[in-house]
Amino acid sequence: MNNTEQVKLSLKKRYAREKRFQWYGKIAVWIGFVFLATLLLDITLKALPAFQKTEIQLQVPIDWETLGLQPDTRIDPESLRTVDFGGVLKKSLREVFPDVKKRKDKKLLYRLISSGAEYQLRDLILSEPELIQQGKISLWVTADDDVDTFYKLKKSTSRIKPKQAEMIQQLMDQGKIRTRFNDTFFQNSDSREPEQAGIRGALVGSFWTLLVTLVISLPIGIGAAVYLEEFAPKNKLTDIIEVNINNLAAVPSIVFGLLGLAVFINFFGMPRSAPLVGGIVLSLMTLPTIIISARAAIKSVPPSIKEAALGLGASHMQTVFHHVLPLAMPGILTGAIIGMAQALGETAPLLMIGMVAFIVDVPGGILDSATVLPVQIYLWADSPERAFTALTAAAILVLLAFLVTMNAIAIYLRKQFERRW
Amino acid sequence: MTTLHETAPVIDAHQDIQFDGTIGENLVENAKFSTRNVNVFYGEKQAIFDASLDIAENEVIALIGPSGCGKSTYLRSLNRMNDTIPICRVEGELKLDGENIYGKSMDPVLLRARVGMVFQKPNPFPKSIYDNVAYGPRIHGLARNSSELDEIVETSLQKAGLFKEVKDRLDAPGTGLSGGQQQRLCIARTIAVSPEVILMDEPASALDPIATATIEELIDELRENFTIAIVTHSMQQAARVSQRTAYFHLGRLIEVGQTNQIFTNPRHQLTENYITGKFG
Repeated sequence: MNNTEQVKLSLKKRYAREKRFQWYGKIAVWIGFVFLATLLLDITLKALPAFQKTEIQLQVPIDWETLGLQPDTRIDPESLRTVDFGGVLKKSLREVFPDVKKRKDKKLLYRLISSGAEYQLRDLILSEPELIQQGKISLWVTADDDVDTFYKLKKSTSRIKPKQAEMIQQLMDQGKIRTRFNDTFFQNSDSREPEQAGIRGALVGSFWTLLVTLVISLPIGIGAAVYLEEFAPKNKLTDIIEVNINNLAAVPSIVFGLLGLAVFINFFGMPRSAPLVGGIVLSLMTLPTIIISARAAIKSVPPSIKEAALGLGASHMQTVFHHVLPLAMPGILTGAIIGMAQALGETAPLLMIGMVAFIVDVPGGILDSATVLPVQIYLWADSPERAFTALTAAAILVLLAFLVTMNAIAIYLRKQFERRW
Repeated sequence: MTTLHETAPVIDAHQDIQFDGTIGENLVENAKFSTRNVNVFYGEKQAIFDASLDIAENEVIALIGPSGCGKSTYLRSLNRMNDTIPICRVEGELKLDGENIYGKSMDPVLLRARVGMVFQKPNPFPKSIYDNVAYGPRIHGLARNSSELDEIVETSLQKAGLFKEVKDRLDAPGTGLSGGQQQRLCIARTIAVSPEVILMDEPASALDPIATATIEELIDELRENFTIAIVTHSMQQAARVSQRTAYFHLGRLIEVGQTNQIFTNPRHQLTENYITGKFG
């Protein structure tokens, strides 16, 4: 047997091996894709109901007498304080179902609408006082979350009594119940009632927290990277610093939370649950990412550009600031945005510093109590009401949308500012 | 078929060389640069041994020699570009107009403004053509106002023989020019600072023959105003552009002389071997 035949024999084996390997790769990619698609599909399907809210149409009497006010009273929050809007709504509910007489049944009837409906009515009258002249208005009020779930799923749940199911059926027959886009979800903050809960507070909280993170970690990160890469002498100390920065990137994030609790809150006495502390803690977490990526970006600037500037008599500092940094910027920004995206999705360290509190107000600044998107998801996922499942999924979708957007910006920046030399 | 071995016995470039000091006219009267007993080390490794060489005012001196002979290292020690390499150490006496280049009173930034450099690979900044040339004058504050700056940019581009080709697109990126144009842009950028000396490190090695010819003509014209030291791999180029030639071999300055003498009548065996193409 000569060499050629030997090679021919082994060829078959080699090709088979290559084919097998390619198949392994394809299978791995497909498994990953299926998992991802299942996850996204599941979340999207679960979230869809949350983007719709159920409303019930009521004919609400709002003449001066029903409101219990003297005619032509000035309408302002103070004068409306005494008005029993709940009672007004109850009255209009009874008008829709005149045959409901029993006390027990009335209670069930009143539970059809959200406890927030009276504020809806109050706000409407506050903004348009002239409606009172009409005496009666037709108003779509938010339904209770149990009704909402029942109406969307079109099947009975244990939370809906048979009597209530009858009532809802009657409303459907009369066309007095509908679903429409859930603006509440984007306008409200957290609430115990799912139909009144929204992500605005968490979004604003995330914004403040990320703002603090950005303001702290970007300048410090870039400064540290520039110094370490361009100016620092290469010795034992800088080696130790370098190793430790890399180690820091691997520290579990909850440890940063404990550190924040011990140092910033307990020692420095900064406010609990505030975006300020959250931002500082997340900065500690993102700093290694930013420093490492910024150093890589600075290192990748071709030495010929630096030599050109130095050869013209530019000082080291001028070389760095006029040439190295601008060329490294896309890489630095990419790293920073990825670090920010990480910070946006971080939950654990924020639990430690009290950003897990139930907060109904939209935070007005970095010192107000706040929560953030991922923590809001965590809180809702923990809530027993069925409607929170959809809200959780919807909040996850919003968070994912933000993460995808941030990564897209990072890719765009890299493509846009990438220069050839 | 004759093999290379039969016609030209390859001489091992790394054989032990007999070196009893540089021969030829390595020292001159009106020296711009004067260097004595220069030793350069990269860490433990010594790259240049005891080189003593003068560079006269308004001459073009060519530094030639096989790869790794230390000619670029020597050139880069003249404007302290070697400072950027942490492990590099330069010993000996190097003077520019009698002033010690490595002395305490010498500022490397000022030195590099006086001694410009053109690199092997064209390295324009990723900025416009105008900004490339204007960068040096800007950082040194050479122009009082924008019209003065415009003038410096224009004359520099003219001296570099590039102005006609780019005058309509000064805002275009310098990196968009052809290789030869980029190198002339780099020369214009160097001239814009009005240095006294221009060091050129194989300025045409990345260029095609036509662009190379343009650069060589340019060097000839620049000689009127500048002192030029050029490292080159091409012996023809050295012969065409330079008045004096210095031959380096394995870190040693073997022979220095008038260019036509070096190429027609080399005194040292190694120089002869190199210019006759027995190694390189």
